[in-house]
Amino acid sequence: MQKFEIVAREDFSDVTYLLEVSHPAMAKAARPGQFVIVMSHPEGERIPLTLADWNREKGTITLVIQAVGKTTREMQQDCTVGGHLYGVTGPMGIPSRVGSAKKVVCVGGGLGVAPVYPQARACKESGAYVIGIVGFRSRELMFWEDKFGAVCDQLIVCTDDGSAGIKGMVTAGIKKALREHADIDEFVVIGPPVMMKGCAEATRAHKIRTMVSLNPLMVDGTGMCGGCRVKIGGQVKFACVDGPDFDGHLVDFDDLMTRLRRFTEQEKSAAARWSENCRMADVPRELKTRRPPPEDAELPDPFDEVQGG
Amino acid sequence: MAKKRTIRSIPRERTPMPEQPAAERVRNFAEVACGFSEADALRESERCLLCPEQPCVDGCPVGIDIPGFIQRIGQKDFRGAYDVLTDTNLLPAICGRVCPQENQCEGVCTVGESLEPVAIGRLERWVGDRAIAEGWAGAPTIEPVPYRVGIVGSGPAGVACAADMAKAGCDVTVYEAFHLPGGVLRYGIPDFRLPNEVIDAEIGRLEKLGVKFECNTLVGRLFTIEQMIDELGFHAVFVGTGAGYPTMLGVPGDSLNGVLSANELLTRCNLMRAKEFPAYDTPLPLGKRVAVVGAGNTAMDAMRVCRRLGAEKVYCIYRRSRTEAPARAEEVHHAEEEGIEFHWLTNPVEILDDGQGGVRGMRCIRMELGEPDDSGRRRPVPVAGSEHDFECDLVVFAIGTNANPIMGQTSSLKLNKRGYIETDETLATSVAGVYAGGDIVTGAATVIEAMGAGRRAARSMKAYLGIRDPDRPYAIDGRGAAGRMFGFDPAERNFARVRVG
Repeated sequence: MQKFEIVAREDFSDVTYLLEVSHPAMAKAARPGQFVIVMSHPEGERIPLTLADWNREKGTITLVIQAVGKTTREMQQDCTVGGHLYGVTGPMGIPSRVGSAKKVVCVGGGLGVAPVYPQARACKESGAYVIGIVGFRSRELMFWEDKFGAVCDQLIVCTDDGSAGIKGMVTAGIKKALREHADIDEFVVIGPPVMMKGCAEATRAHKIRTMVSLNPLMVDGTGMCGGCRVKIGGQVKFACVDGPDFDGHLVDFDDLMTRLRRFTEQEKSAAARWSENCRMADVPRELKTRRPPPEDAELPDPFDEVQGG
Repeated sequence: MAKKRTIRSIPRERTPMPEQPAAERVRNFAEVACGFSEADALRESERCLLCPEQPCVDGCPVGIDIPGFIQRIGQKDFRGAYDVLTDTNLLPAICGRVCPQENQCEGVCTVGESLEPVAIGRLERWVGDRAIAEGWAGAPTIEPVPYRVGIVGSGPAGVACAADMAKAGCDVTVYEAFHLPGGVLRYGIPDFRLPNEVIDAEIGRLEKLGVKFECNTLVGRLFTIEQMIDELGFHAVFVGTGAGYPTMLGVPGDSLNGVLSANELLTRCNLMRAKEFPAYDTPLPLGKRVAVVGAGNTAMDAMRVCRRLGAEKVYCIYRRSRTEAPARAEEVHHAEEEGIEFHWLTNPVEILDDGQGGVRGMRCIRMELGEPDDSGRRRPVPVAGSEHDFECDLVVFAIGTNANPIMGQTSSLKLNKRGYIETDETLATSVAGVYAGGDIVTGAATVIEAMGAGRRAARSMKAYLGIRDPDRPYAIDGRGAAGRMFGFDPAERNFARVRVG
């Protein structure tokens, strides 16, 4: 069996971390908008994570993960440089369509900044004028603003508490962009469903194409289980093979949010049981002192597990 | 020479299969049919008349020399029986368990004309299990040839093709998108019907033949079929990706939480081992009253899984009658024993919302059978005004699958209008060197039919590459070795050098 070695790790905050994983074939094949399914150990679950970056020369892919559920918190503790993931499959999904738009706004909410980055870069490389909008709850949670800014012609930062950039949510940034630019061809929005819904509403009246990347629950990611089915303009689509990018103006976000709560009970019990075990286990001190995620954390959004935005 | 057997001299009754009692087995995932003992196998082997017509061989999609292996069981030459079986069927322990024998070999058995047919499947399984227990590898001497063959999908079609190509001396790599090999055998068929250990054992024997398995590899997206030929150095490729894109019924309420495909339920339970949650991390939706729509083998599996997971009531909702149900007879029988309630001639029209995104019940309509349709089965037509509701909290759709779209999205393979891969009669696709077989060509069918397709494709691939098996020609198309010429199969036309003696 292949070994998916973790070659680098970076912690952005108490809950957000980056893993760079060795996978030369995937680094070669990856396109913006695609995702992978990760299994951290043989007893684990398969979790979909959008590719945040890849490096063809080094043969690595980059994932940015937020620790909110049992699996992502366990990975936060167990995934160290030199360690291995049990399974990494992909790249899955239809790559984003890049190249036709002349002026694009790429919106990333919280963790969504990571998966929208490859799209912003691809738009930039295709010669488009790229406006980046990133939203976080506060300055401390910000990451990649430099990296993201480097592929944008203009970067608008929004924070809920006003500690950086505009005070307000990303929709405030969208309003600003719409005010300043009359010729926007496309919005690309990635973040929690409620944020994507808000952004789609904000652009609907302007009739500007708004692509969102959906994050339903998945098992296989290859079109086999139908667990990730979403309603797009009244039609049932499978996010894993028909998406994950869809026209935000056609997406039934309420249906998506309901379906994301399918296993809330089991997820809560698994996370609680895991925390209990961790207190008993002999874990390094610095991990023990990590602040646990707030109890009312928006559980579970296993695609990107974004908070804030 | 023993006295010739006649229909009067053989044991009249079929040897019963020892089974776990229904009351006990609904609380565990251990196998229902425990398998023959040696005495059972010997007794049952005496029921075969060894008739000259051998209709069973024609009835078998891969043409196993059935009288041949049964005769060897009778002679207590169990290893010999195994060799006869593996000559044509690499996975006897699996096929003995999951083939619909009553429509195949056993359905045409001569004994079956007056008595119950010989229990061919059970004997096959017994030999296969014996081989696993004894560690018989059945690895022939393989003379390497300088060809690399890539197989996409490690289900029944893929492994059958892989085995044949490996025996022919090719360097074979099988790619699987999941983290474990086996395809539908692994994710689709529950442990109580096909234990994972049996799959592991059969896959292990393939590895002994030199077949390499690469899991976590989604062909089409990680690399394309064309790249396999152009860049990865494969001389021939076989596509056996199956047809696992589940159909949802398209009635109001079918996107509610609490409505899922049988594929999802079974994958969570079998492959991801959600039945052992929380020891395994994957959760399962549990229901107290479960309605499963459909009456194929997948539906039976889904119902029996739900029963074992603690559902109090499990209903089977099927729009036709029992006669038309596509499941194996044994599965329907087992499901009935386990207390599944069958509602024949019933079709859902709406799934009822509990107000919180979940399921409160299902509205159904009664059906009656009209004129036969294209499939030869009588078409069910709704009875006006017969709508009725019943309570349930989980709805599982097991109403068939469509072609998976990934191959179509990522390759230039020609597809038919339903999305399945088009092939000619040799199973060659529109791309040179690429062959396809199994459900991705025919639509959903059986394990053994997929294996038959994998083997037919292997034969074509060998012809394409100009190679052949060093010693043993294949028994092909149900004709056993009878059709061979100078020890070679004339159907296998190619310009390979013929080595005689």
